[in-house]
Amino acid sequence: MSSPTGGVVKKEKVSVPFDYNKYLRPNKLPHIWCPGCGHGIVLKAMLRAIHNAGLNKDNVCVISGIGCSSRTPGYVDFNTLHTLHGRALSFATGVKFANPKLKVIVVTGDGDALAIGGNHFIHTCRRNIDLTVLVFTNATYGMTGGQYSPTTPIGSQATTSRYGNIEPPFDACEMAKASGASFVARGTAYHTLELEKTIQEALEHKGTSVVDIIDACPTYFGRMNKFKGASQMMEEIEKDKTVSVKQVDKLPPEKVQGKMLRGVLHKVDRPEYCEQYETLVMEKAKAK
Amino acid sequence: MAITGTKGATGLTGNTAIAYAMKQINPDVAPVYPITPSTGIVEDFSSYVADGAVDTELITVESEHSAMSACIGACAAGARVMTATSSQGLALMWEMLYIASGMRLPIVLTDVNRALSAPINIHCDHSDSMGARDSGWIQIYSETVQEAYDNLFMAVRIAEHEHVLLPAMVCMDGFITSHAIENINLIGDDSVREFVGEYKPAHSLLDTGNPITYGAMTLPDTYITFKHQQSKAMAAAKDVAVEISAEFGRKFGRNYGLFDAYRLADAEAAIVILNSAAGTSKVAVDELRKQGKKVGLLRPRLFRPFPFEEITGALKHLKAVAVLDRVDSMNAFGGPLFNEVRSALYDLEKRPKVMSRIYGLGGRDYKVADAVGAFEEVLKAAATGRVETLQKYITL
Repeated sequence: MSSPTGGVVKKEKVSVPFDYNKYLRPNKLPHIWCPGCGHGIVLKAMLRAIHNAGLNKDNVCVISGIGCSSRTPGYVDFNTLHTLHGRALSFATGVKFANPKLKVIVVTGDGDALAIGGNHFIHTCRRNIDLTVLVFTNATYGMTGGQYSPTTPIGSQATTSRYGNIEPPFDACEMAKASGASFVARGTAYHTLELEKTIQEALEHKGTSVVDIIDACPTYFGRMNKFKGASQMMEEIEKDKTVSVKQVDKLPPEKVQGKMLRGVLHKVDRPEYCEQYETLVMEKAKAK
Repeated sequence: MAITGTKGATGLTGNTAIAYAMKQINPDVAPVYPITPSTGIVEDFSSYVADGAVDTELITVESEHSAMSACIGACAAGARVMTATSSQGLALMWEMLYIASGMRLPIVLTDVNRALSAPINIHCDHSDSMGARDSGWIQIYSETVQEAYDNLFMAVRIAEHEHVLLPAMVCMDGFITSHAIENINLIGDDSVREFVGEYKPAHSLLDTGNPITYGAMTLPDTYITFKHQQSKAMAAAKDVAVEISAEFGRKFGRNYGLFDAYRLADAEAAIVILNSAAGTSKVAVDELRKQGKKVGLLRPRLFRPFPFEEITGALKHLKAVAVLDRVDSMNAFGGPLFNEVRSALYDLEKRPKVMSRIYGLGGRDYKVADAVGAFEEVLKAAATGRVETLQKYITL
């Protein structure tokens, strides 16, 4: 083949487009997420991660509570369970405990996981039950009109903090680590390929794996905090205010200060809850 | 959008009207958590708080369980307390609802009626408030935005009455009433203040000169006594409701009473139905009346306490009645309203035939044709003296 300039054309790498429809319920689309919302990017990263991890669709169960991110199970073609506000982790614990062979993924938001469901979050991590928990952190209650959430930064505007939020935010990763989760990571919708890998690593980990995923709510958080649009939010919040854990040692302190770390932040081997339970049962059975 | 100064007739949604009524009542504390379709109330009310238009402490908590817990704490401390919720929010408040009524705390809550999960649904039915019907809360149901607005003032007075001292919830239909705009007459701020008065609790945790205890352990020697007193207070709430409603009518010209009877006096067949669907049914009544059919309607307003004597009196002359419930009391025989009405009629020597119809769950449309269909069945029962199907779902 010749090129217009007459030179030799390099053989381009042919990339086969990822077949998202294999993992979606196309008749449930379009989704309800607003233009500019990061949830769709995160959803796609999750699907690619599930694919790359080589999981059988029928062995995957996706569970959610209530909120924008919790609409995910409606769109994906796995075993799915859409439950109550804050309670996804309790339902998931039941599902996993009843059928430990399932790969159970909980899709939740910051309000769902850390406020109304905060109690379940810490106890799930404490038990180290084999669940993958994806927390879509947009610092907002988007579904009900933009109230501040437990991850809203101090000083930010929300419909319930018209003079600026005075409540200190949770760091979901610190909370998960302190509570006993054996895999804790953070990603963003902006760093989508990195996120895909992080989710895959979380899926392949045995024990409670929590991925805190920073994404943007341009409709509420963005408008109320004077962002010009979704891309500006992604750059300023997800790109500029995070730094990869791999680079953090190489950077001068001033370039790290006030930034959240991305990547795998904590990974340890710790006994998994279902396995512990089974071991106990077998021991007692043998003793008889 | 929260409204500020108004007079006379104003076009408002149910949520905006309730938020405005809350502003006029100016409660001391409002612990809140958002849930569709009641969020608009809290959203508008938070604007009033932010603008300094009320003196209320708005507490934004992390769940409805915490919202009702904070209501209880604040009310026990002597504050006038209000909140709003829907559906799962009311369900999550469940165990606290009993604490509020058992402690005799006159909290006032607006429940924007929405179906309960699962499957998840955000639209109107009465499964949320009907699930709480035995929790010891006074329940007042509203057909229109105007009525919901007016009911909130009356709810405060009934709840805080010294013979009552029980929490009260005002119910209106999610989206149908909460989000539709209706031209309503607002009451002036001074008149509201005069009507609701200042809340002066007889007992308060903050009254350190007279220390008291709420909710302490009671064993079999005392627990039933508390419940008996609570039951008597609930019974007293009916007379207080009549009295407060009459006072409201004298002052503001809108007379409500315990229930709304529409073309019922000379009717032979009637339907009994709550909230906004009564409006739709009244259109059917008018159409059938034009055809010479003697039909009427009864719409209970006060559901807790259930005014069984008065409702029996209003229905006893009928030949047949259909009770329409926007909720199924699963595995009971018929819906909750049906059970109350049918039980109330039992002691009559000559009873109307009564049938149960479940309609409009999860926001399913209830149209004039559906009401006409229900009336046709009641008319047939009235003519034949026989009910063909005692219980069934309609609007399927």
